Amino acid sequence: MSRRLILWVPLGLFVLFLAVIAAGLFAPAERTVPSALVGQPVPEFDLAPGMAGRPGLSSAALRRGRPRLVNIFASWCVPCRQEAPQLAALARRGVPIEGIAVRDRPEDLARFLATYGDPFRSIGADVDRRVQMELGSAGVPETFVVDGRGIIRHQHIGAIYEADIPAILAAYEAAR
Amino acid sequence: MKILLAALVLAISTPALADSLLPPAELADTPLADPRQERQARALMEEIRCLVCQGQAIADSNAEMAGDMRALIRRRVQAGESPAQIRAWLIARYGNWVTYDPPFEPVTWPLWGLPLLLILGGAWLARGRFRRRGRG
Repeated sequence: MSRRLILWVPLGLFVLFLAVIAAGLFAPAERTVPSALVGQPVPEFDLAPGMAGRPGLSSAALRRGRPRLVNIFASWCVPCRQEAPQLAALARRGVPIEGIAVRDRPEDLARFLATYGDPFRSIGADVDRRVQMELGSAGVPETFVVDGRGIIRHQHIGAIYEADIPAILAAYEAAR
Repeated sequence: MKILLAALVLAISTPALADSLLPPAELADTPLADPRQERQARALMEEIRCLVCQGQAIADSNAEMAGDMRALIRRRVQAGESPAQIRAWLIARYGNWVTYDPPFEPVTWPLWGLPLLLILGGAWLARGRFRRRGRG
């Protein structure tokens, strides 16, 4: 009797194997790569200003006692246009937003900010994506919540939509 | 008809590659002068995943981000860092996901252990078969 049951074990294993493969095929693939630095201090960096008349951004500036958002964006990035109204709304609520402009030129940045609004206190020019990679960010736009001691508390991947604002505000409040 | 046409256009159009207007990074496609360093850098590029294309190593990808990552690797190799150090740097930022050669850890041990277990199981099964045949 037990021998006959054992005969079914390979078939059972095979069906299990198929189920695992099918689940992997049909489950929506995780397309985002979260930063492993959430909960850790911001790595050292010092970026020159992205455009004239605006301070650049350094890691030292992120340790000055106040939580803030660090928005990684670019004038050539289409979803960055979509999140502009939400960033403006956050800035209106008094949330300080620092910008890191990835692979951008001052004239393109100026045009972008004139068209879509300018919520940024500072804009660092990350011309070769060094700081983006330093932060473990895999694309634009991405937004980090950094607390007053320069610890990364939260990462939002992709554009910020209306529905994302409560979560971001909550992370910001928690970082105070 | 219009809907069909629109669907067709959507189907054949490729998504706009989100690339900047700046030229590729200097070291994205320029080999290092020192052939030994270039070999090291290339070997690492073969096993680091492209973050935006996914399913490709950065060595094979045309994505701008992959080019920037190749430049990062060449820059660091040139500065004297070992490939292991650079891989650790990337893992510290993007997690184990970023490498096709995941480190041996409790979470990843089935990856390495399962094939071994399967071979042992197969050998055990085969042994049973051969024995029986030997007797008969």
